[in-house]
Amino acid sequence: MTADDTLLSFDRVGLRFAVRSGWFGKARSLGALHDVSFALKRGEVLGIVGESGCGKSSLAKLAMRLVAPSSGTIRYQGVPLDEHRGAAARQLCGEVQMVFQDPNASLNPRMTIAQSLHEPFVLHRRGTHAQQRAEIDGLLAAVGLPPEVLARHPHELSGGQKQRVAIARALALKPKVLIADEAVAALDASVKAQIVNLLLDLKQQFDLSIIFISHDLPMVETLCDRVLVLYLGRLMEQAPRDAIATGGLHPYTQALWRSSPAVDAEASLDDEAPVAGEIPSPFDPPAGCVFHTRCPQAMPACSAQVPPAIDCGAGHRVACLLQAAPQADAQRRPAM
Amino acid sequence: MADRDTVLDVRGLCTSFGSAAAGAGAVTAVNDASFSIRRGETLVLVGESGCGKSVTSHSLMRLLPASASLRGEAWLTGRDGRRTELLSLGADAMRRVRGRELGMIFQEPMTSLNPLQRVGDQIAEPLLAHGLCSRGEARRRAIELLRQVGIAEAETRAIQYPHQMSGGMRQRVMIASALACRPSVLIADEPTTALDVTVQAQILRLIRRLQREMGMAVLFITHDMGVVSQIADRVAVMYGGRLVEVADKRTLFTQPRHPYTRGLLAAVPDPRRRGRLQGIPGQVEPAGAAPGCGFARRCAQAGPACFSTFPAWVVGDEAHAVACHHPDPLRSVA
Repeated sequence: MTADDTLLSFDRVGLRFAVRSGWFGKARSLGALHDVSFALKRGEVLGIVGESGCGKSSLAKLAMRLVAPSSGTIRYQGVPLDEHRGAAARQLCGEVQMVFQDPNASLNPRMTIAQSLHEPFVLHRRGTHAQQRAEIDGLLAAVGLPPEVLARHPHELSGGQKQRVAIARALALKPKVLIADEAVAALDASVKAQIVNLLLDLKQQFDLSIIFISHDLPMVETLCDRVLVLYLGRLMEQAPRDAIATGGLHPYTQALWRSSPAVDAEASLDDEAPVAGEIPSPFDPPAGCVFHTRCPQAMPACSAQVPPAIDCGAGHRVACLLQAAPQADAQRRPAM
Repeated sequence: MADRDTVLDVRGLCTSFGSAAAGAGAVTAVNDASFSIRRGETLVLVGESGCGKSVTSHSLMRLLPASASLRGEAWLTGRDGRRTELLSLGADAMRRVRGRELGMIFQEPMTSLNPLQRVGDQIAEPLLAHGLCSRGEARRRAIELLRQVGIAEAETRAIQYPHQMSGGMRQRVMIASALACRPSVLIADEPTTALDVTVQAQILRLIRRLQREMGMAVLFITHDMGVVSQIADRVAVMYGGRLVEVADKRTLFTQPRHPYTRGLLAAVPDPRRRGRLQGIPGQVEPAGAAPGCGFARRCAQAGPACFSTFPAWVVGDEAHAVACHHPDPLRSVA
């Protein structure tokens, strides 16, 4: 991968929080992300999937610079995030924007839609008042809302409309990267499709790269060019969409995919669930491969050694000892 | 219409809120819903938010606030073969049915379990409330039920509180409690929506296994077509407070006749096709907002009749009924 088409890159990023239980409890260290490396390329839709507590949202916060990594480096256009200061930092703020899951929580209920949309321009001192008005009108048109909504408050809009407003606001500063953190999860199926289509249209129109964080695997498969699979703060697999669509190589990826079947008239439940058990506590993650406690193919070595990320070519990396063993196996796979 | 195996037979259920006596402002959340479920069968009620699917289940459980008024009939056939009409039952009589013949599990296991009561006691409670066994026997049965729903170290878990358990485990406790009296009908209202997919896969299998063991009928409510395709025997599609299409799963998925059903199925992302999805234009409207078919304003096929009168049911064959003025002709969508 060449450096110039990489927009945002994570290099062995880790994030730890000190969590205190109770007032006088001992502070415990919670590892939210460990050793995560990936790159977002220009014009790409990168899917991030995983179950609750896997670190999807921590990853988004890191990219937004809402938290600083405990280890490793995050670079935007080749420059580490913490080297952006002053005006450059403010500029960066506008270049990476985010849409959250719940528009009720991300829009101020006391502000009209016009005020909400105006705020980014004021905070970043962009344009004259007239220019800002024109920008806002353009944004509304881009997300498919009539001008009447400007005078309304969030409670007067439907869920889909509110999410459109949230998207419009995220686009106000002409970002290059849009992070959609479960942005369609709370919407009804018919509206969800509209918003997803809108994101795809806006990607073209605004020349965006999108990080699409979701637990909806069929959706991720349909939308994304590349997919990262996270489990308990660790990157299990990253692969081009086609490699993931055929089930991926990591047993966790396979389990995720088998747990969420596509809509199919012939679908039925086999007797055995794809994986037993639940996600272990992040305070006390299993030694070795964090998935070994639930992995149907776990070997003794899995509990002893953290599997390294193995490069399978074509941007496909898997952190699993099953792939480490026979090199011949990796070559047998069709090239992607 | 109801055959011998029918456990729950709902005829013309109407649920409205706000008293009609107080004048306008009454909202009809469920309008003329009729369906039946056979022993051992899973009927899935599918629809988007506000379509009336939860109100339907709460109507059957009679868990609605006093401002709700119910019309229609819902006949429940108990394990002993006695038929009871649920909607007209008095409060005391309903209490004897609830939890015993009719079990229910909810979406959010944290809010439906008592945080101050040990989970073993919560599972034993329906057994004791219905006077089915002694305290000691109830405790023994509670531990056995915990084991049945796949919780390890059941004796230790039984004396724990809900906050000591994970979300998936709490949902297992809810299921154990709902099934303690071996009800003939289980109502499952979005029981896996709050769970992670791998845990959802476990809970769906658990519900189906217990359904087979106990020969229960299950009324399963969801908005997720993927879940529908996994668990349903028959599917009832709801929109704007009305049932719009009822069919067995395969028929519904391969030959949907109602434009809304077809829209819902088309809106689901299909990994075989990349890129844009097919949305349904417009927004979900509240139930009973306007006369006629509730879907008319979003429907490409809508004609003048659709805006004035709700369509009569068109019954294609025995298993497939659709309420639409312009239903899709019977054909297979490959």
